[in-house]
Amino acid sequence: MTPITRLLSNDHDHCDQLFAAAENAVQARDWAHAEAAFAAFSQALARHFAAEEETLFPAFEARSGMSGGPTFVMRSEHLQMRELVAQMAAAVERRDDAGFLGASETLLMLMRQHNLKEEQILYPMTDRILAGEADLVEALRETLQAD
Amino acid sequence: MSQTGLSYEQAPPYGLPLRFFLTAPLFLMLAAVAAIPTAADWTADPHTLAAVALTHLLTLGVLGMVMQGALLQMLPVVVGTPVPASHWVARLGHLGLAAGALLLATGLYRGSPLLLNIAMLALAAGWLPFLAAAAVSLARARTASPLTLIPMRLAWLGALLTVALGLWLAGVLAGDLDPNGIEQGLGLHVAWGLTGWVLLLVMGVAYQVVPMLQITPPYPAGYARWAAWVVFAALALLSLASFAGMSSLAEAGYGLLGASLAGFGLVTLDLQRRRRRRLTDATLLFWRLGMLSLVILAPLPWLYPRLPAELQGAAAVMGGLIFLLGFAVSVVSGMLYKIVPFLAWFHLQTQTGARAGSIPNMKEFLPDSEARRHWWLHLVAVLWLVPAPWLPPAYAAPGLLLLALAAYMLWHNLLGCVRLFRRYGGRLH
Repeated sequence: MTPITRLLSNDHDHCDQLFAAAENAVQARDWAHAEAAFAAFSQALARHFAAEEETLFPAFEARSGMSGGPTFVMRSEHLQMRELVAQMAAAVERRDDAGFLGASETLLMLMRQHNLKEEQILYPMTDRILAGEADLVEALRETLQAD
Repeated sequence: MSQTGLSYEQAPPYGLPLRFFLTAPLFLMLAAVAAIPTAADWTADPHTLAAVALTHLLTLGVLGMVMQGALLQMLPVVVGTPVPASHWVARLGHLGLAAGALLLATGLYRGSPLLLNIAMLALAAGWLPFLAAAAVSLARARTASPLTLIPMRLAWLGALLTVALGLWLAGVLAGDLDPNGIEQGLGLHVAWGLTGWVLLLVMGVAYQVVPMLQITPPYPAGYARWAAWVVFAALALLSLASFAGMSSLAEAGYGLLGASLAGFGLVTLDLQRRRRRRLTDATLLFWRLGMLSLVILAPLPWLYPRLPAELQGAAAVMGGLIFLLGFAVSVVSGMLYKIVPFLAWFHLQTQTGARAGSIPNMKEFLPDSEARRHWWLHLVAVLWLVPAPWLPPAYAAPGLLLLALAAYMLWHNLLGCVRLFRRYGGRLH
C-alpha cells in the first residue's frame, strides 16, 4: 500500500489542472475569470505546501533522522515556487499577461520536475518509513481539503 | 540511505550540458553548408561517401551531441540516480563527438584511412565512457517509472550496438578489417541507430515531457508498456533476417517499424490535441512537425522494397531527410527551447538567491517570438529539401542556405540566453 504517494500525487494533478485553467484565462485576457482561477490555483498550491512542510516532512525527518537531505531540497524548491507565484499574483494585479506567462512557464517547469522527484523518490520513501500511520494520512488529507 | 540522498544533489553546473547544446547548432550549420557543393552526390544515393559524411555530421554532431548533454542533465531527475563522474564523461563525450564527427566526415569524403582511424579513436572516447556512465545510472534506477525506464534502457542497448557496428564499418572502410558482411552490417547500423537509439530515446523522454510541458493526459498505459518492446522486436527481427537471409522476417520487421513510427506520432499528436494548457509555443510547434514527419514516414519501410531499383536511392535519401531534419532535429530544437532557458533561470536563482521578480523569467531569457521565427525558417527549409532527391542538384541550395540560417538562429537564440545569464552574474561552473 502506498497511501501517501497516491494522495499527494493526485493532489499534484489537481494543482496542474487549476494552473492550466488560470494560465488559459490570462492568455485569453479574461481578467475577471483569471483572478478567480489564479486564486483557486494559488490556494491549492499553498495547502499542498502546508501539508508537506507542516505534517509530512517533520514526520519523515523525525523517523529517518534526515533533516539536511531530501526534505531540505524540497523546502528550498517550495520557496522558489512561492516567489514565482507571488510574481504571477502581481502580474494579475497589473493585468500584465506577458509577465504572468513568463513566470508561469518558469513555474510549470520547476513544479513538474519537483513533483517528479517527489512522486518517484520522496513519497515512496515516506510510504516505506511511515507505513501504517493512518493518522498521518488523515492529517494530510484534512490540510489538502481545508477551506 | 546515502544512495537515495544522492539523488537530491544539485543538478550539474549549467556549463556541463551547455557545451553540448551550443556546439550542436554549429554542426547543423556546417552540414547544411557542406551539403551545397556535394548535392549531386548525396541527393542521388544514401550510400555515396558525401551522403554518409553529411549524415554523421547530423547524427553525431547534432543529435548525439544534444542527446548526451540532455541525458547527463536529465537522468538524475528522470530516473532518480546520479551519473557517475559526469564531469569527465561530459568532457570526453563532447570532445570525442565533436572531433570524431569532423574527422569521420572528412575521412569519409577524402577516403583517408588515417583520418578514419583517428576518428574511430575519437568516437570510441566520445561514446564508451558516456555509455558506461549511463549504464550505471540506468541499472541503479529503482524508483523511476518503468514506462520511461524500459525505452531508455533499450535505447542504451541501441546506442551500444550502433556504436559497435559503426566502429566496425569504419574499420572496414579504413581497410583494417575484413569486409565480409558489410552490407548487412550497414543496414543494421542505420536501423539500430535511427530507431533503436534515436526513436526509443525520444519515446522515453516523451513519456515524461509531453504530459509535463503541455499538461496533457499521460500516454495510454497499454501503449506505453508495449511500444518500446515492439520497436525492439522489429529490430531483433531485422537483425535475425539479415544474417539468416530470411526475407519474410525482414518484411515483418519493417512492417512493425513502420507501425511504430505511425503509432508514436499519432498517439503524441492526439495527446497534444487534448492538452489542458491552451498555449501554443515554439516547442509545441517543433514537436508537432516532428510527429507529423514520423506519420508521413511510416509507409516507407513497407514501400521501399517494392520500389523499382532506380527509385530506391532517392526514396532512401528522402526518408533520411524526413527522419533526421523533419523529426529528430525538430524534436531536439523544441527540447532545447525549454531546457536552456529553464536551466538559466534555475541556476541563476540558486546561485544568487535572487527574488524571482529581480531576475529574467524563462521567456525573457529566450523570447518565444525568436524561437518561432526559427521554427518558420526550419519548416520552410525542411519542406524545400524533402523533394530535393527527385530534382536537379542545384535545387537543394536555397533550402540548404535556409537550413543553415535556421541553425544560426538556434545558436544565436541559445547564446542570447547564456549572455543574459552571465550579465546577471550567473556562473557556468
